[in-house]
Amino acid sequence: MARQFMKGNDAIIVGALAAGCRAYYGYPITPASEIAQAAARHFPALGGVFIQAESEVSAINMVYGTAGMGIRTMTASSSPGFSLKQEGLSYCAGAELPCVVVNIDRGGPGLGNIAPEQADYFQVTKGGGHGNYRLISLAPNGAQEMCDLTVHAFELADKYRNPACIMADGITGQMMEVVEIPEADELKHDHSDWCVDGTPGTRKNLISSIVLDPEELEQHNLHMDRKYKEIEANEVLFEKYKTEDADLVVVAYGVVSRIVYSTVDAAREAGMKVGLLRPITIWPFPTEAIRSLIPTAKHFLAVELSTGQMVEDVRLAVEGHRPVHFYGRCGGVVPSGMELEEQYRNILEGGTES
Amino acid sequence: MKVFEKSKAFYEVFERKTGPAQEASHYCPGCGHGNVHKMIAEAMEEMGLTEKTVFVSPVGCSVFGYYYFDCGNFQAAHGRAPAVATGVKRANPESIVISYQGDGDLAAIGTAETIHAANRGENITVFFINNAIYGMTGGQMAPTTMIGQRSTTTPLGRHTLEHGNPVRMAEMLATLPAPTYIERVAVGNSKQIMKTRKAIRKALKIQSEGKGYSFVEILSACPTGWKMDAPSARDWLVEEMTKIFPLGVYKDESDNMDDGAWDRISEEYQPEKVNVYLDQLKSQVGDSVDVEMPYDLQCKFAGFGGQGILTLGLFLSQIGMRGQKEVSWFPAYGPEMRGGTANCSVNISRKRIGTPLVDHPNVLVVMNQPSLDAFESDVVDGGTIIVDTTVVEGTPDRDRLNAVMIPASQIADEVGTPKVANVVILGALVAATDCFEKEFVLETLRNVIKKKSLVDMNMDAFCRGYDFVKNEG
Repeated sequence: MARQFMKGNDAIIVGALAAGCRAYYGYPITPASEIAQAAARHFPALGGVFIQAESEVSAINMVYGTAGMGIRTMTASSSPGFSLKQEGLSYCAGAELPCVVVNIDRGGPGLGNIAPEQADYFQVTKGGGHGNYRLISLAPNGAQEMCDLTVHAFELADKYRNPACIMADGITGQMMEVVEIPEADELKHDHSDWCVDGTPGTRKNLISSIVLDPEELEQHNLHMDRKYKEIEANEVLFEKYKTEDADLVVVAYGVVSRIVYSTVDAAREAGMKVGLLRPITIWPFPTEAIRSLIPTAKHFLAVELSTGQMVEDVRLAVEGHRPVHFYGRCGGVVPSGMELEEQYRNILEGGTES
Repeated sequence: MKVFEKSKAFYEVFERKTGPAQEASHYCPGCGHGNVHKMIAEAMEEMGLTEKTVFVSPVGCSVFGYYYFDCGNFQAAHGRAPAVATGVKRANPESIVISYQGDGDLAAIGTAETIHAANRGENITVFFINNAIYGMTGGQMAPTTMIGQRSTTTPLGRHTLEHGNPVRMAEMLATLPAPTYIERVAVGNSKQIMKTRKAIRKALKIQSEGKGYSFVEILSACPTGWKMDAPSARDWLVEEMTKIFPLGVYKDESDNMDDGAWDRISEEYQPEKVNVYLDQLKSQVGDSVDVEMPYDLQCKFAGFGGQGILTLGLFLSQIGMRGQKEVSWFPAYGPEMRGGTANCSVNISRKRIGTPLVDHPNVLVVMNQPSLDAFESDVVDGGTIIVDTTVVEGTPDRDRLNAVMIPASQIADEVGTPKVANVVILGALVAATDCFEKEFVLETLRNVIKKKSLVDMNMDAFCRGYDFVKNEG
């Protein structure tokens, strides 16, 4: 198996190539620029398309064009640029176009800074643009997953004809780890029944998100909603570490899950029964996995690089059966393991207030 | 026998159109869109392009272009049609792509998309309907609304001071080097219509011959938005609009280039080809060997930018990778990298790595004084600190830490270049931690150093650092 030591951002492009992605459209922004740079090196070298677009808005609309042709395509950015893509994502979702968009989350709001954050959780998981839609949202926590989940994102996007998002923080984008390079395979999905690719066979097809008649548009929304329920039922991914007997279940994704993972064994040695539940898909959210721990867990704790966003989904899963605590750092500050252990101690030895 | 027959590039019945009258268009009487649609459809059919044409409809009155044209259709977001058209054309350069836009779409909300698609010389055709008003939303000011012209958002007439002047897109785009053909025509009378028909054909011909970007601006009446009857509207178009928007060819390079001059390549996905390519990306560290490591390394390397701090981390990481260990490398990224200080965290571990950040290193390398001041207290008790004494004046706490004081930059100078100070440090690190065999490291370095002419100097630097520690100890 071919291996390489590479940045998470570069691993995304390796995954994209292996997934058969043929066109990349993007705009530079720290800390996501390596993705565009890698695309600029590799896509043309393989006879594919790379365009540095004039704006994030144009980039996502170029994606709309290529995705409508039934060809795998992607774009990537970081928070302020991801905000600009929301219009295009809403159109992609409405027109049911499969594509992949990456958000390497940085500090906000506004221009914020370039340090890691997870404060785009709402925007990514709740549908950041207008209208009733969802992004299939995958949250890698290392370079290998940056690669593998990109491949998976293309599969899910094709399977459900919906945009899929890789949501990672600046650390996961910038750090280097060993990546096993996946093998490219034949594509499984035939798009000829809906795509418009400039050939006689697809001449009668239409790529559009406009549905003037309210009852028809309601039907379209309900059709999409059924699709989203199917995704919720079938595509949830998560990882558990020592949750079976945990008094305190910590829920964390992305780089925070790595920090929490580092603390679990040490906390247990110090007499605190802590476990980690890591959502790999943040939409669909692992609601059932969290719910199934209610009988054994005494407390839940959401740790995020935000002032509290994913914690709302944890609360919805727990439905008041157990206290759900929150600990977050933001602005680019990353909590240390010792800081988290102190939180565990407070919760397990203190009261039940969240 | 039908006297007037629809073009074959139109649907016979407009089934996508809701409501009654599915044989007629949704346009108002006297509107120019219908005329232009008809001429485009005729050109597509007569030039044999219909089956490979993709028509991109904008937002505006022509949002429903796909009701009529019997070709592949996209409906785009407001102003984004040229970007969508770019994504279509690049994905299939054999297709014929039409971006059909109104004045608000093309010259206001989509100005950036318009200019940059033109500037890239996308091999697409843009038909720009300029009727100096927003029709669909109810007669508001357009970027091309004339001075003095009343609209629902310029009730007293457009005024330069308040609203700026009408934008002349054909003139503006003609200043760019890339576009091949730019012409402004009108549909106010039959003579103008004849010229428009010709311009439409010419633009599509240029695209089908791979000759690049073509742009036809078409002045068109909007009796409803202008609040005029159709004949008055046509007169106003011919007499008034053409004063501000003069008709004519603004650019035509089509005779000065070969067919296919603007063709671009887009190959289909071939998994075998991708696999051959991906295989070339694999690491050159050499055959991996499961080496024994007495303990896990949590390192922090810090110094000035340009001292090779990040590369030092990369070298150590690749040694760990070849030794079949879990490895992570994380740089302090951003503006601070481009001057000032640099630092990175490296984990080499026998088991799965949690956090890639190293808050409490067991190995700290400092190559400048600020780094010693900032990070010394973070090192775990009994940890190793390696100090480049050529650059750093201070001394760490030698009771608490295993301090390696090495004039790395000076040794590097002796070896031949200050650039290998980081490799001198690497030698010292390997000697001081005993985590890897010297020979294993040398072999790995030989494999990963890209410039083969520099290999010997780096080997020398490594050995000098390594021996310094072993002999001193």
